Amino acid sequence: MLLGVPHRVGIDLIAVEDVAAALSAHGERYLARVYTDREVQDCAGPAGPDPLRLAARFAAKEATMKVLRPGDAAVPWPSVEVRRNPGGDVELALTGAAKALAEDAGLSGFAVSLTHDGAYAAAVVVADHAPTALQNQRCHVD
Amino acid sequence: MNDLIRTVLRDHGRLPVPMETLADSDDLYRAGMASHASVNVMLGLEDAFDVEFPDRMLTRGVFASVDAIAAALTELGLGAPA
Repeated sequence: MLLGVPHRVGIDLIAVEDVAAALSAHGERYLARVYTDREVQDCAGPAGPDPLRLAARFAAKEATMKVLRPGDAAVPWPSVEVRRNPGGDVELALTGAAKALAEDAGLSGFAVSLTHDGAYAAAVVVADHAPTALQNQRCHVD
Repeated sequence: MNDLIRTVLRDHGRLPVPMETLADSDDLYRAGMASHASVNVMLGLEDAFDVEFPDRMLTRGVFASVDAIAAALTELGLGAPA
């Protein structure tokens, strides 16, 4: 995070039971369409992927979308990945369409925070927003 | 086609209002469909219509209304919307 640089922020809240229901209804297809292999591995529990941890990651993905503001661009959910580091902290990794959107919008320095209790999970994402020269030119022209 | 789409939305959309109160052109997000529910709707549609939405179609607009979903399914090779 850079001081003196504009930011964008996104937040999302999700009911854990919604994730549990999706997991129950669609299983592996749900996991494959939304999460990366690493995320599924990070969320592994004794009885399979933990809906609570998956919900926190989905909230982070949606909070990131609010920062990216993709409009009607296609952004597959796995292109936003929450990575859990050995110390327990988490960070975001953008790939593919999400990475391209961030670069085009002049977004960098993404930071994420997750929280959850028994029923809900939430995430906040913040990024530095330094519009590119082209975007500044567009703003000036408009 | 639209009746089956409505069934999928009823089963997976978690809308706070009855589907019967929504027109085919009404915006489902404005009606209260959350982004996570739209994932369930997508998977439900794939089951119901035996199709797979490619990455390029995973946009907010594709799942924004019954009409938009019907148009997307038509693009995937299913019959024209009723």
